[in-house]
Amino acid sequence: MANVFTNIGDWVNERAPGLMPMYRTHMTEYYAPKNFNLWYYFGSLALLVLVNQIVTGIFLTMNYNPSAAGAFDSVQYIMRDVEWGWLIRYMHSTGASLFFIVVFLHMFRGIMYGSYKKPRELVWLLGMLIFLVLMAEAFMGYVLPWGNMSFWGAKVIVSLFGTIPKIGGALVEWIMGDFLPADATLNRFFALHVIALPLVLLLLVVLHIAALHEVGSNNPDGVEIKKGPKGNRWDALKPTDGIPFHPYYTVKDLVGVGFFLLIAAFIIFFAPTFGGWFLEHDNSIMANNLVTPAEIKPVWYFTPFYAIVRMIPSFLGQAFWGVLAMFGAIAVLFFMPWIDRGKVKSIRYRGTGYKVSLGLFVVAFLGLGAVGAGVTAEVIPEWFGNVDLTFWENLFGRVMTIIYFGFFVFLWAYTYFGWEKTKPVPDRVTVHD
Amino acid sequence: MANEVVDHGRRRFLTATTAVVGGLGIVSAAVPFIKSWEPSARAKAAGAPVTQSLKKIEAGQQLIVGWRSLPVFIVNRTPAQLAVLPAQDTRLVDPKSTVDQQPKYAQNGTRSIKPEWLVMVGICTHLGCVPGYVGEMKPEPFDPNWQGGYYCPCHHSRYDMAGRVYQGVPAPKNMQIPPYNFIDDTTIQIGVDPKGAA
Repeated sequence: MANVFTNIGDWVNERAPGLMPMYRTHMTEYYAPKNFNLWYYFGSLALLVLVNQIVTGIFLTMNYNPSAAGAFDSVQYIMRDVEWGWLIRYMHSTGASLFFIVVFLHMFRGIMYGSYKKPRELVWLLGMLIFLVLMAEAFMGYVLPWGNMSFWGAKVIVSLFGTIPKIGGALVEWIMGDFLPADATLNRFFALHVIALPLVLLLLVVLHIAALHEVGSNNPDGVEIKKGPKGNRWDALKPTDGIPFHPYYTVKDLVGVGFFLLIAAFIIFFAPTFGGWFLEHDNSIMANNLVTPAEIKPVWYFTPFYAIVRMIPSFLGQAFWGVLAMFGAIAVLFFMPWIDRGKVKSIRYRGTGYKVSLGLFVVAFLGLGAVGAGVTAEVIPEWFGNVDLTFWENLFGRVMTIIYFGFFVFLWAYTYFGWEKTKPVPDRVTVHD
Repeated sequence: MANEVVDHGRRRFLTATTAVVGGLGIVSAAVPFIKSWEPSARAKAAGAPVTQSLKKIEAGQQLIVGWRSLPVFIVNRTPAQLAVLPAQDTRLVDPKSTVDQQPKYAQNGTRSIKPEWLVMVGICTHLGCVPGYVGEMKPEPFDPNWQGGYYCPCHHSRYDMAGRVYQGVPAPKNMQIPPYNFIDDTTIQIGVDPKGAA
């Protein structure tokens, strides 16, 4: 029997001699630093969620009807009549939220350990593009059930482009294919959501990993293992502080996968709407172009950016500024490798100013999320009684917006003018024998 | 032939012209795909005028009718609501309606043909939500000195009872007044200007 497999293996190798070397380059002979910690789970978990979204997505399309007249009912049909349809849809909808949780943590890890710095700028840029496509993908997926929140979400997001002076109005009509979100809009969003964007996403993920494997992974100490001593148990020329990705990190990641699936299963089975955070109540009402839901807000992962739009008033007769600031909040992240001039990568050896500002950045991101999700609108009257809600909410949100952008300004000045006092970086990763 | 010196200038010219011609081909081929996203003939055709009777709208009430799939607010404003309009001017972005958001015949203090009847496209000028009608003059959580008007649930923009936008909110302009005319005292037609007015 073993002979048969060997023969098949030889047969394939003769015809596609590149396959085994590729497997070795990216798996058994990809030497990753041996000191990865908990933060390094989120890359592989993002890949796991991507697979989940593709598989459950394919099965959802089998019963979904992408038309304004039929979409809402077909989703109810999936939930009630299709065998296990509810599970497949909840896996997809929960997966969307979990996708953003792991991606946010993955990005934060990159910032914390300076993984965007030379020589990994391209890895970061490709990752940012993935984030951008992921947001478009999530938005269009959110429109497909054609509930009232879907409809108004589509209206608001597409209208963001309408604030562009001169061409805005025509651009909005072009995106929607009508004068408001309609059949044409739903159809094209469906096409983009299930074909176009997933293809782009997969290509970008392949490039992201290829670019990473070219330069090698960063690690919590921010030291380059390729510049350290050579020679390990498997190869005399490879870094001493590296271990083969497979089996060492595949096995480690399996532990993360186990924990992650446990949490995911709990949400899917016991709290699939997550109290209105993952699936919103108002989306159980069919789209109605004459009634905006009383409490309209985006899903949680868009709330920090949505809050920025709300915090910036119109100026010179244009509503463009808030939208500009919102896109700016994402665009500025692309420039991280060039904003941060510091030579030290990891937060472990960076100055106090960096640690404090990064902490404030996280607070601002969460604070803006709270404003966008309507938490502050609920909490301010509860804690402070009958005060001017608009004033205090705007004050809070605007301070958070300033801190968000202030982080990047500070980081540049702090590193450009050499104000940062760093600790000595060790020559090798700190856990080695 | 095979041993001749390569003419680099000629090669660059051929590469460049091939790239330019090919690029033009790709751009031209993209046009139909981009144009296919424009509103279709069917979508454009669904835009006829709408006639609405005003008989059953009592003072202070609002009726929403659909016109070109847009919600049109028709409000029978009370004398009290009309009386506070001039006092709002200092808090508004465009109190005199100078921005082109209404036909000439509605460019006045009440932004209407007849003072009591407000006819307005109920779309927030920020990002296109439908603002809620909050007609009563009483302190609201979003404004302790509320004089009646509209409050947008999406990004909390506020408008007065003539659809004029307040300062300090994301919306940049007053809400749009559609073309409309009175067929008789209690019937309006939305989508058509009054006779004589262009």
